[in-house]
Amino acid sequence: MEVVYALATGILAGAGVWLLLRPRTFQVLMGLTLFSYATNLFIFGMGRLAVHRVPMIDGGAASVDPALYADPVPQALTLTAIVIGFATTALFLVVLLALRGLTGTDHVDGREPEA
Amino acid sequence: MNAILRHLIVLPVVVPLVAGAVMFFVPEARRTARVALAAASMLMQLAVAAGLVYLTSDAAPFIWPEGVGVYAIGGWPAPFGIVLVVDRLSAVMLTLGAVVALSTLAYSVARWDKPGQPFHSLFQFMTMGLNGAFLTGDLFNLFVFFEILLAASYGLLLRGGGALRVKLSLHYITVNLIASALFLLGVALIYGVAGTLNMADLSGRAAALAAGDRALLDAGAAILVIAFLTKAASWPLNFWLPGAYSVALAPVAAAFAMMTKVGFYALLRLGTLTQEYETLYGALLYIGLATLASGMIGMLASIHLARAIAYSVLVSMGILLAALGLRIEALTTSILFYLIISVLTTCTFFMLSGMTDRTRVTDPADAAPDSVAEQAPTGYSAYGIKQPSTYASGEDVGIAIPAARAFLGMGFVCCVLLVSGLPPLPGFIAKFALLATVLRSPSVHDAPVSTWIVCAALVLSGFVSIIALSRIGMRLFWSPAARTTPRLRLLEATPIAALILLCAGLAVAADPVTRYLERAARSLHHPDTYIHAVLSRDTRREQARGRKP
Repeated sequence: MEVVYALATGILAGAGVWLLLRPRTFQVLMGLTLFSYATNLFIFGMGRLAVHRVPMIDGGAASVDPALYADPVPQALTLTAIVIGFATTALFLVVLLALRGLTGTDHVDGREPEA
Repeated sequence: MNAILRHLIVLPVVVPLVAGAVMFFVPEARRTARVALAAASMLMQLAVAAGLVYLTSDAAPFIWPEGVGVYAIGGWPAPFGIVLVVDRLSAVMLTLGAVVALSTLAYSVARWDKPGQPFHSLFQFMTMGLNGAFLTGDLFNLFVFFEILLAASYGLLLRGGGALRVKLSLHYITVNLIASALFLLGVALIYGVAGTLNMADLSGRAAALAAGDRALLDAGAAILVIAFLTKAASWPLNFWLPGAYSVALAPVAAAFAMMTKVGFYALLRLGTLTQEYETLYGALLYIGLATLASGMIGMLASIHLARAIAYSVLVSMGILLAALGLRIEALTTSILFYLIISVLTTCTFFMLSGMTDRTRVTDPADAAPDSVAEQAPTGYSAYGIKQPSTYASGEDVGIAIPAARAFLGMGFVCCVLLVSGLPPLPGFIAKFALLATVLRSPSVHDAPVSTWIVCAALVLSGFVSIIALSRIGMRLFWSPAARTTPRLRLLEATPIAALILLCAGLAVAADPVTRYLERAARSLHHPDTYIHAVLSRDTRREQARGRKP
């Protein structure tokens, strides 16, 4: 499971970085999105990968073994990061469209490079 | 009484949040109500910040004897819950931010806050993010406040529209989003290794880590520092800054004066809490020098005033980073003093540049040197794009101040003195204090080369500033008679005059200010009190008592 997870995160991050370096605004947007997916997966992975464990500790139990539970903090962090990332992506999309409308090109420099 | 004063800590975050949110519900037509609300919020923040400075000083030991106040939001104890921490450095930064915000608000009301866009709300949210970043004691919370601050700044930067502005905003947003992703990666890595996000707790846990984990923690810290350095506009991560700052509307650029300093504050805070990153600090020295060099070259190359000021931000960041990289503890006081002066200077100068932009040239033959279009290769014409419009409409209502030209000239001279560090204004004191402390410190003998390089660069930066700015000033004020003198309103001239007077006041009162900053620096370099205050049982008990009245 760890290998698959690490590969997925790495491929997302790599694809994101590659797209970020492209000259078209939509490619940059996709790059930012993929990179933020990789980041979110990474945060989640920092809470250690575990199956069949709940993040909530039963308050009534006399003694609690933390090893039986998942760490809830990275999950909360990921959730926050997703929300913030979604908002900023939406904003980026608007600016992207505005630039397209104002300059008539989707190049990040606002003009086509001279061939 | 004391119980109420303890709640002062949370006000710098709550007040702008509430004010900004309420403003959405005030109808557009009721502009006076919006402005009054914004002004009241800023004044309250300034009062609270000044109160916090007083309470953390030695003059008022009855609340926080060590000068560190902790506020647990939600009442959960420190390593688990999120805390706001105010110490002397935070209090100083809050006050500085409030001064900048209040003066830019007054300036913007004069002509820039046209209806239709939520300018005042965004402005409030930006100050909320700034205040929160200075107060928080939690790494992830720092990220959230950074995002609030940046999201508001995107909106502010876009104001005024125009292809060039939108293009440079897009670059600014892209760079900051990447930096934010890196910030998250760093935070996640640190949490995965150390198991905590509380900065004070992290400090203790970092020391107790095994060697293998330690390497991972260092990697996390390094990624985090890259994110901070991007926000602090250090070379080579600073190419977004000159463009973005020079096309921003004058009040927006003036308010941004505080933004790069947040990154520097985060560096200083984390760097002093975990004091084991020697190599990192060594690198800061060279990064700072490179930033300084890029800023100086840019200043010399710029024709337009706003662009030169944007590069002078890089110069000041370079000086701050290089001075931090020298790792001289006694230098921190001077660094903080220089930071204050440079923020006030940048803010004043950007506001002033918004006014000199209005000295329109009537003779078309003379128009070329002044128009922004000429600054190749990053000027407007290079892209074949029309200049962005600042909506300086023709209707100049309000009280105009007399002798506008003299006011602009005097203001410009004062700003140049401040930027380049010439007496009698405190830019001189700040630079002199930096030089004197460096030369007095024992490391002059240990590492002479780097120390001398920093000293030389410091002096050179002043020289370069004079050359670059006096050239621009000559063209702006002395060259043709064909220029029209803009009508200045009292409301937009007052903040500039007030900030220059405040700087002059800082020169006169340099002694008490430096003494306070000295205490701030000492508590920074002895973080035990900070850590103890955050993690102590007293805080927890107090909070528990607060919960069950």
